[in-house]
Order: sequence, then C-alpha cells, then structure tokens
Amino acid sequence: MGAVHKSYQEINEKIRAGKAVVVTAEEMVGIVREKGTRQAAQQVDVVTTGTFAPMCSSGVFINFGHTDPPIKAGKVWLNDVPAYGGLAAVDLYLGATEPAFDDPLNKIKPGTFEYGGGHVIHDLVSGKPVRLRAEAYGTDCYPNRKVEMTVTLNDLPYAVLCNPRNAYQNYNCAVNLSARTIYTYMGALKPRMGNANYSTSGQLSPLLNDPYYRTTGLGTRIFLGGAQGFVVWHGSQHNPAVRRLANGVPRAPAGTLMVLGDLKAMLPRWLMGVSMQGYGCSLAVGIGVPIPILDEEMAAFTGVSDEDIVTQVKDYSFTQSEPLGEVSYAQLRSGAILVNGREVTTVPLSSYVRAKEIANILKDWIQSGSFLLGEPQHFFPTVQRGEPEENMSDEVIVDFEKPPLA
Amino acid sequence: MLARMLVLRFSREIVDKPIITNLVRNYNLTFNILKAQIYPRKEGMVVLELRGNRDDFHAGVQYLKDIGVVVESIAQAIRRDEEKCYQCGACTAICPTGALHIQRPEMCVLFESERCSACELCVKACPSRAMIVTFDKNIAMD
Ligand code: SF4
Ligand code: SF4
Repeated sequence: MGAVHKSYQEINEKIRAGKAVVVTAEEMVGIVREKGTRQAAQQVDVVTTGTFAPMCSSGVFINFGHTDPPIKAGKVWLNDVPAYGGLAAVDLYLGATEPAFDDPLNKIKPGTFEYGGGHVIHDLVSGKPVRLRAEAYGTDCYPNRKVEMTVTLNDLPYAVLCNPRNAYQNYNCAVNLSARTIYTYMGALKPRMGNANYSTSGQLSPLLNDPYYRTTGLGTRIFLGGAQGFVVWHGSQHNPAVRRLANGVPRAPAGTLMVLGDLKAMLPRWLMGVSMQGYGCSLAVGIGVPIPILDEEMAAFTGVSDEDIVTQVKDYSFTQSEPLGEVSYAQLRSGAILVNGREVTTVPLSSYVRAKEIANILKDWIQSGSFLLGEPQHFFPTVQRGEPEENMSDEVIVDFEKPPLA
Repeated sequence: MLARMLVLRFSREIVDKPIITNLVRNYNLTFNILKAQIYPRKEGMVVLELRGNRDDFHAGVQYLKDIGVVVESIAQAIRRDEEKCYQCGACTAICPTGALHIQRPEMCVLFESERCSACELCVKACPSRAMIVTFDKNIAMD
C-alpha cells in the first residue's frame, strides 16, 4: 500500500455519508501503538481533542440594542462588573477576569473574588436575567446619559464569545519554594514544594496533538463552550520557537489560539465562572479541536501519549528562576513527581474528565454528520520540523499578568 | 482566613453593650447576622457567621468569652454541588483528610463525606464554589 493522503474534502464527504472513522486522542494512543502510524492513518479520519480549564484571556462582545432615547454608552456594568464601552454606541466587551466594581480584591489576603466577568458570562448562558447599567456624557445624536435595564441572553441582539488567548499548547507545572503559602493563577501552592499544580489535559489537549499547527488555523471549526465555534487567529503570546522533543511536542508553553463563537448557542456546563483564591476571577472554557488525519505524520502527532509529553517545573515564589526540572504528563497524572529528589504531590487544575467528555461529544457530532471540518484559510506562525535547538528560546514563560490556563 | 457559624448567648447584664461593634473595630472581623433575638427576661441570642484572619478570630472569640458571652459553634457539614463541580482536582491540594481525592487513572475527583472533617478549606479553594457548608439549623432555633 502506498502513502496515505486524504484531503479535507474527502474526509468531509465521509462525514456526510456517515462513514468517517472518528476516535478521541486518548483512543488514538492505543491505535497507533498497536497498528503503527501507516495503518492508523489509513483507518482513522479524524481525532478529537478536548480541554476544560480556567482560561483568563476570554470575554464576550455584546450589543445591547438601542434605547429610547438613544445612548452612546461609555461606562457599562453587567451585574456590577465593569465592561469596556469604548466601542460604538451600544457595543461592549466584557472580560472574564474583571471583578465586580466593589469587590474587596486582595485587601484581606487571600481575596475570594466571588463574582466577576466569567460569572456574568455563565449567568447569561444559563438564561439568567442580568442587570445592565450604562452611563454616557450625552451628545446631540445620543442624548441619553444613563440607562438601567435587566437583560437576558435572549434579549441581546448580539453576543459573541471572543477569546484572544485560549488552549495554551503546554503549560508550566507550578511549585512554591518559599516558606509561606502563595496564591497564584496556578492555584494555591503550599510552602516548600507542598504541591505541584499543572493545567493542561496532556494527551487530550488540542495543540499537543497538532504540534506544528498543521491543521489548526483560521477557519478550523471547533467545539467551543458547548456549541460550534471557530479558531480565528493565533492567540496572544503564541510562541512556536520553544525547545521541542523529537516528536515535535514543545517542552514549555508555546502556541495559543484565538477562538470565537455565538454565545447564544453555548451551554452553561462548558462556560463556568471561576474564583481563584487570592488571584481573581476567570472563566473555565471547554474547547475541542478536531484533527484530520491527512497522512501518516498527523497519525503520529495525534498518537502522542502522556509519556511523550513533558513540561517544566517552575517556582512561582520568585525564589528561583531556572526550571527545577522536566516531568512527563504520565508522571504528573500519576499523583506525584520527583523534584530534586523529593516526592511532590501533583494537583491538576484542568479537568481531564471534562476534556474527555468534550472529545467524546465532538466525536459524536462528527460521526452523526452534524459537524464538518473547517479547512484552514490561513496558517499560524510555526517552526520547521527538527529546527536546531540553538534557534529555539530557552525562555519559559511565567506570565504574571493575565495568563490563560489551558 | 477563618469563618465560623457561631451562636452567642448574652446574659442580661451585657445585652446592651456594643459587643458586635467591638468585634469589628478592635478585632478586624466581619460578620453576617442570621438571627438575633432578645428574650423576655432580656437575655439575648445571636446566630452569626464571623470571619477574619485566624489570629484575629481567636482573639475576638476570647474577648467574647472574657466578657461573659457563651459561644457555641454550630455543627457544620460539607456537601458538594455536583452540577458545579467540574472534576478538576484543585481541591485535592488542600484537603487534609483525603475526603477529596482523585481516582486514577480515570482522574475522577471523589468526595467521601465520611472522611470530611468540615474544616472548610475546600470552600474557597474550589474555583467553581462547588463545596458548600451546611449547618444544623436546629441548634440555632432552640
Ligand atoms: S476544586 Fe471544586 S470543581 Fe474542582 S474537583 Fe474540587 S470540588 Fe470539583
Ligand atoms: S471540609 Fe476539609 S476535610 Fe472536608 S472535604 Fe473540604 S477540605 Fe476536605
């Protein structure tokens, strides 16, 4: 048998005919191990992935409809959470990490951050009424200076989830070398390496199954928040030039995705408002990316298991900047890792159970013919296969601003 | 940060004193009163949730006892809202008794209430606030 080559059109024809063979990234591990990449590529048409974790760089564009008299809303609050109104008259952007205006923040440490943008998004998707307040300076064409109304997602003329940085391809494993508990976007870290927190779904994670972004680009149709959405661009901080293993998997945080979809079609189960003790509010987002098995290389990529994926153990207490070591996701998932000869308990922040559920839902959608693959119309910055290590950065991103936790 | 549901019982002699105000002012505590009652013979009973940092909390409770307030804590129990729990595992970092633990290799996060000591550490550590404190209201009603 010759080399396998499938086009997006061919795979979509099979999906329409209900004949596509679809497996999850977890199932693909065994298939590739057992049958090899050639046979796996012949048999399998699509591999589905999934991830469910707090992703801070998320938010929603909303148009709340013109009022009478009309207003050019400058300052806007949704359930007392400030939104950005510096757009056209009744357009706004609500970010996931914005706390309610009167939140005590970290005044008594660690703050609890009970309600913020992510919670508003969850409430909207749940169909709950949300209080909208807007203020304006008033113009001849928009004389109204103040509106207050209660809205539901149904009432809103337009609501689009648009997340500038999600689905991080790999992320650090966080520990704390200091003598006190610290509260970070990687969760609570107990002193003297009391625990090691990590936050990707490993072998199920979208970009760990497409390490060079070969099939994930502008126009890739995805599972987003329980509905169909799209990848629209590479995300902020997308950095393909990190050191990689021979299988192409980056050893540290690398690629990211910007994703978009109609909030009205989404489900509350897959967009959960979260409160990270001592850190802030966020939104846990469910994302699943289907990966077409165009050829043997894609079969090899999607066959990666937790043993084949590594990440760096990083200190988050500013005690040591160099990574403390490299661990595999198999080790992380086992419940404990060895760091400097010491056993440290590992704690996931990303839900493996939900990631698997997403991969299975996406599988069902594709098998039932209700979800067709979107062929990328534009590709994202990447690196050559086997790029020499000296061209790669050793830098491990520790982002203390508003990072995603994909 | 410590938060407890307390029943405070006051005798006639101290019922008029600004006890709660003192707790807030001198011990940096915040409170949420759930029930307050002055009985015919002028004894008082207050059910409140008192919160603040650990040292302040204990100093505040000591102050209450010193001036003659009877302080009881209400039996508390923890339950998990299965709708809200998204099975991440973050809570397993802090649960001291192992009531919250991960079943491998499935990675399901289990909650065994029999092993729970109601320490409440998981309540604020759970990102989706799936762990909920319930308390025996009967004690507060007598
Ligand atoms: S931290 Fe909360 S959501 Fe995560 S597993 Fe524990 S109870 Fe469930
Ligand atoms: S209350 Fe304490 S013992 Fe009980 S589940 Fe939560 S952390 Fe564990």
